[in-house]
Amino acid sequence: MARIDVNHVRHSYLPNPRTDADFALREVHHTFEDGGAYALLGPSGCGKTTLLNIISGLLHPSHGQLLFNGKDVTNLSTQERNIAQVFQFPVIYDTMTVYDNLAFPLRNRGVPEADVDRKVCETLEMIDLASWAKKKARGLTADQKQKISLGRGLVRSDVNAILFDEPLTVIDPHMKWVLRSQLKQLHRRFGYTMVYVTHDQTEALTFADQVVVMYDGGIVQIGTPAELFERPRHTFVGYFIGSPGMNVMPVAIDGRTATLGSQRIELPGAPKAGSGAVELGIRPEYVRLGRDGMAVQVSKVEDLGRHKVVRAKLEGRDIAAVIGEDETLPADPKMRFDPVGINIYADSWRVEMEA
Amino acid sequence: MEKTWNNKAWFMVLPVLLLVAFSAVIPLMTVVNYSVQDTFGNNVFFWNGSDWYTEILESERFWLSMVRNLIFSATILAIEIPLGIFIALNMPKKGWGVPVCLVLMALPLLIPWNVVGTIWQVFGRIDIGLLGYTLSSLGFDYNYVNDPTDAWVTVILMDVWHWTSLVVLLCYAGLVSIPDAFYQAAKIDGASRWAVFRYIQLPKMNRVLLIAVLLRFMDSFMIYTEPFVVTGGGPGNSTTFLSIDLVKIAIGQFDLGPAAAMSIIYFLIILLLSWVFYTVMTNVDAER
Repeated sequence: MARIDVNHVRHSYLPNPRTDADFALREVHHTFEDGGAYALLGPSGCGKTTLLNIISGLLHPSHGQLLFNGKDVTNLSTQERNIAQVFQFPVIYDTMTVYDNLAFPLRNRGVPEADVDRKVCETLEMIDLASWAKKKARGLTADQKQKISLGRGLVRSDVNAILFDEPLTVIDPHMKWVLRSQLKQLHRRFGYTMVYVTHDQTEALTFADQVVVMYDGGIVQIGTPAELFERPRHTFVGYFIGSPGMNVMPVAIDGRTATLGSQRIELPGAPKAGSGAVELGIRPEYVRLGRDGMAVQVSKVEDLGRHKVVRAKLEGRDIAAVIGEDETLPADPKMRFDPVGINIYADSWRVEMEA
Repeated sequence: MEKTWNNKAWFMVLPVLLLVAFSAVIPLMTVVNYSVQDTFGNNVFFWNGSDWYTEILESERFWLSMVRNLIFSATILAIEIPLGIFIALNMPKKGWGVPVCLVLMALPLLIPWNVVGTIWQVFGRIDIGLLGYTLSSLGFDYNYVNDPTDAWVTVILMDVWHWTSLVVLLCYAGLVSIPDAFYQAAKIDGASRWAVFRYIQLPKMNRVLLIAVLLRFMDSFMIYTEPFVVTGGGPGNSTTFLSIDLVKIAIGQFDLGPAAAMSIIYFLIILLLSWVFYTVMTNVDAER
């Protein structure tokens, strides 16, 4: 187990990167605390797998430094870093039994056979595959194979961290939930440092204590699931997290009032001055529809079973609202914004409001 | 789903049956026909029963050709398969080297077989051939025309040169289909180079290797053109393999009956051996 410091790391796949656009990872400076469960969340191509591979040592960063427990490991090989990694597609050694698959990393390191046996049996219990030990690994289902990939990491008790690269992509939906809760359980019991790459917000929010949202080669926000939801630091986080994403609209600010077209919206506080285009962001969950407020034209209502999503136009702009499953829309609905849910952005970054 | 039975469906397979009949079964039947009859000319044939078969099976000449052929096949398999795997493992996986290597590898396969024979026939000549001349001027007593060992070395070298590429290309195809994640996982698991080969690369090449062994075995067991062009089966009978022997009997001596009987026996042996190979290798595969 280790604390991982990612020290001003930049990475480019090009031999001679010139501009910022040449970097797959623009600059990441972050500490993964010992025993934390982190998720790296972001769209495809945002650099999250690059960051993961830099941590595991499969990639050598173009710039920057990587520390495990304060020790510089930038130039150490994957094996020397003592990392476990679970890949998108289950990697198993086909010709071996489940038992031998788990024993493989230990035997490669010359661990005495008695210890190998003890560790493998423990791990088989942990990942719930004890009754499969003697079976050939190739006959297993995708989720069992993925558990073996994980098990090969867990079997080494001294791993510094366990890294996951979209590990549930090929798993059936109902097994995803099971595996995810087993992962959480393992994390609670053994306190591994875990870093989990995903583009699925549900996975990230349910797995991690801290979600690291990445966008375009950089980290835009690090926070608990609640923080990401309530106070997105960047409009991208607002869009990306939540379903539907945050409503963002350009406004003019005057003290504690925002003006959107002909509408005036009361803010919970006066935003500090920011530069660039000013926008107001509000999650659909905080948009209220009722008999008083701003006039809107409802274009459609999507019933998702648990709640309804109302698509409407406010001052000619698309806006989404979430209402309860049993709520009905009034004949001529009016819209209000719950002040708790209002965030103000300048140049896409959130600005604080003075109460 | 309920299957419907309709005998008219047989008409659907009729074209294929006809094609196979004309291309394989009917010609084969003429061979069968020859193998059970004797003739003294004038297109008059006599029923001869299994006499030709007995004659072939009891002739030392047939068994000697067979043994030579088996030794030849075993030797080239023992060289070409490991060598092919070795080369495939060392070929580049990306970059400009890939097409270059692939073209270089494919070249020997594109050369007609009798040209390959001619190339090596000239290459090995001690008066003008690059190989033969160099060897003899270095003081080696190399002469494939007179020395059976040299003739064997030449024929085997030629086959290795000609056909190792096939094994390389098949293995390479198997290797490039392995996702990067396997190599990355192996690194993380601390696997040695040998372990990567043994537990990742070899299992993934399993199927293509089966095909490679089968193809190379069948081809080498039926080899005719190249050794015929280089050595003509000599010196003596030292490089007379089964098909060279067969042609000598059929065309050289015009003994159609024994030649036909030998063809049938030859065919059955290849069929049997191929089946054995296939069964053994697929069983090994299934066990794993």
